[in-house]
Amino acid sequence: MLAFIIGSGTVLSLIIVVLAFLLRGSPIDQAAVAKNGTDIMRYTVDNLPQVLIDGVTLGFVYATIALGYTMVYGVLEFINFAHSEIFAIGAFVGVEFLIALNNAGVLAGASVLASYGWMVVAILAAMAASGLVAVTVERIAYRPLRNAPRLVPLISAIGVSFFLQDAIRLVESLTTGEFHRIIPSFGNFDDRIPLFNAMIGVFPIKIDMGVKSLWVIVAAVLMLLALNYIVNLTKLGKAIRSVAQNQPVSSLMGINVNQIISLTFFIGGSLGGAAGVLYALKFTRIDPYVGFFPGLKAFTAAVVGGIGNLTGALLGGIVLGMLETFAGAYLSLFTMGAAGAEYKDILAFAILILVLIFRPSGLLGEQVGQKA
Amino acid sequence: MKKTLTFFHTFQTLMTTGKTPYIFTSVYLVLTTLLVYIFPQQQFFFLLFLVSAWFIYSLPMSRNFKLGLGIVVALFIVPVLGVRNIFYFEVIFQICIFAALALGLNIVVGFTGLLNLGYVAFYAVGAYLWAFFGSQQAYLLHVIPGTAPANTPFLLPPDAFYLFIPLGMIAAAVVGVLLGLPVLRVRGDYLAIVTLGFGEVIRVLANNLDKPVNLTNGPQGITPIQRPTLPQPVMDGINAMLYPLIGRYATLDEFYNMFFYVIALVIIIVIIAVIIRLDDSKIGRAWAAIREDELAAAAMGINVVNYKLLAFAVGAACAGTMGVLLAASRTFISPESFSFMQSIGVLSMVILGGLGSIPGVILGAAVVVVLNLQILQGLSLWLSSLRQSGGVIPVINFAWSSLSNQLDPAQYQRMIFGLILILMMIYRQEGLIPAKRRMRGLEQPVIEDENATPQGDKPEANHGAA
Repeated sequence: MLAFIIGSGTVLSLIIVVLAFLLRGSPIDQAAVAKNGTDIMRYTVDNLPQVLIDGVTLGFVYATIALGYTMVYGVLEFINFAHSEIFAIGAFVGVEFLIALNNAGVLAGASVLASYGWMVVAILAAMAASGLVAVTVERIAYRPLRNAPRLVPLISAIGVSFFLQDAIRLVESLTTGEFHRIIPSFGNFDDRIPLFNAMIGVFPIKIDMGVKSLWVIVAAVLMLLALNYIVNLTKLGKAIRSVAQNQPVSSLMGINVNQIISLTFFIGGSLGGAAGVLYALKFTRIDPYVGFFPGLKAFTAAVVGGIGNLTGALLGGIVLGMLETFAGAYLSLFTMGAAGAEYKDILAFAILILVLIFRPSGLLGEQVGQKA
Repeated sequence: MKKTLTFFHTFQTLMTTGKTPYIFTSVYLVLTTLLVYIFPQQQFFFLLFLVSAWFIYSLPMSRNFKLGLGIVVALFIVPVLGVRNIFYFEVIFQICIFAALALGLNIVVGFTGLLNLGYVAFYAVGAYLWAFFGSQQAYLLHVIPGTAPANTPFLLPPDAFYLFIPLGMIAAAVVGVLLGLPVLRVRGDYLAIVTLGFGEVIRVLANNLDKPVNLTNGPQGITPIQRPTLPQPVMDGINAMLYPLIGRYATLDEFYNMFFYVIALVIIIVIIAVIIRLDDSKIGRAWAAIREDELAAAAMGINVVNYKLLAFAVGAACAGTMGVLLAASRTFISPESFSFMQSIGVLSMVILGGLGSIPGVILGAAVVVVLNLQILQGLSLWLSSLRQSGGVIPVINFAWSSLSNQLDPAQYQRMIFGLILILMMIYRQEGLIPAKRRMRGLEQPVIEDENATPQGDKPEANHGAA
């Protein structure tokens, strides 16, 4: 896993540096000098550490969301389109909880440790809320359609997704008067930890990392480890894997299939909720429609990694987060501003289409059947 | 309970026999027309008037009578009422536009069973095609958006619009085929996500193609877009007819409303005719076969990819044509009109009306448009008037003025679309007016059919035999 992150990071960095090296002296270089005051090579290298850290952070957020898609797909072979709103609900519950604490004056003087503790509580609350919503949605909108043709639950899921977006908006605007929320700033979350500061050759290299990014990565890794433990090493996980393989036979073996499916939705949903809080922590501002793009990209990540495969979702998330951050940071530079950072959203879809055409099973997935 | 049912039954037999439907429809039509004519601001009467179209369609009357009544309503009553209250023209025009879009999407989703979530992308292709060639944009390629010099010439004469209706159709169909070629090999539910992505790609492109070359003017959108010139003699003729009815001459904008309404009507009729013919042909049966079972269809010698591409192209062509019409009628377009929400809106029309059912999707389009434009906005207005009235709900002692300003039903279209999709999928997958050719894929297992009465009509059997 670690090897994969380092490997993909290195490959991307090398590509970028080589590109920058090749473009020295070109009109693109001159444009960069005019804009940034440094030549293209220098600019690229200076930004690289930050871009890598951001990429990994974003990658872990995507990976955590992607796990929700991939778990449900693994068990039901169904794209839970509403997962992006489960994610948004988690973000809102966590942020509202922190805002309430902040208004009560709890967060203002809290020590670093206490503020970390409150953050953990916020994440747990979001996980519980998102998990419960996911289970409810499954019960109401998916379970009656379980034996219907594939498109039917998918359309229902799209409906749930749209309904939940406006439901969040309705609740938020009725209770708070607005539907954009900003996570309060507290503790030392805005600080940066210096990691490296020295001269390499003639280049002074300074690398630091935000506490937020560290939090995102650590929290995501802990959750992934917990999930790995549950799915692979407990009896419950065995039941989930069994239901994923064959529902009728599982129920003959004494497994309560409906219960296990609900539980899968709960686990996937709570991971999505936690990702929501982490996303809010990293990007500060949230609104009811915040889930759409992260949801789509996480789905892409799940497909890239091989949908239904937990490790695959993680790898896909990292790849996508890295690529997107690199595109956001360098696309504008290398095309002289012609293709701005806005195109990073398109990148995910381009990757999705390419993967689906050339390797529909993804990086780690098993071969999927032809029948739709 | 039983008594009401018997009453309902008698009522139904009465309504479907002899001369009653003729008399009822005519009286209803005349009454509602008069009501709307006398009270042009009362939206409720307009809703009653719209229902008359349903009676004309559904009650058992002779074909010629229905046709005649339809022509009178479409070409005479609607324009007069539209001039009485311009908002009604907007409602009917939007119903026409979305009905055409829903008919096109119905080919892809309903006939062929491919879920396309990026359908408005094709609509955008048509709209931007005429927006680019029918405005000054071609001379502004190197101008930063918002700084266009005054009196830039237009690229083409306004009447090129007529040429661009077929051109928009072709362009959208080509884009549909180009998208379909790589994508249609993908399995059903992935296809949904990929087309969704494509829709977003088109929107992002429209938003960002103001640099390096200013093709779309970015988020500001393109304006002004030309409208074709209207012939003066025809306008004079219509005015001579309208004057005694409304007591004034129609303005130029009202003439344009009428003009685009008629064009939209003509296009819809052409689309319906083409779709009915296609559905009844070898192509339509191939589509249905692909929808029911792709592997079996391929085994029967159907070229699955080609027929899917054809469905994509025909569906896209409908949207492209309407896109050209939209650009001309609005004289302004921006990327906002082509968001994912619009795609889902069209999808909810198709689902509501009935997958694969032509009258169904038109009904779906009408219901959703009326819901959005009239009912939700009416609710919003009603709530805001309640807020200002200073009234109080008696029992719970709730002052209307303390109701949050955020509670604005017109802003909650997504919720409506979502509810339509969920409820229809759970309770009535075949839609309000189920398709004649039954969708086996959307029904209970076939075993139940064996218990059905033998004389019950099974339309699919006819098609199977053909």
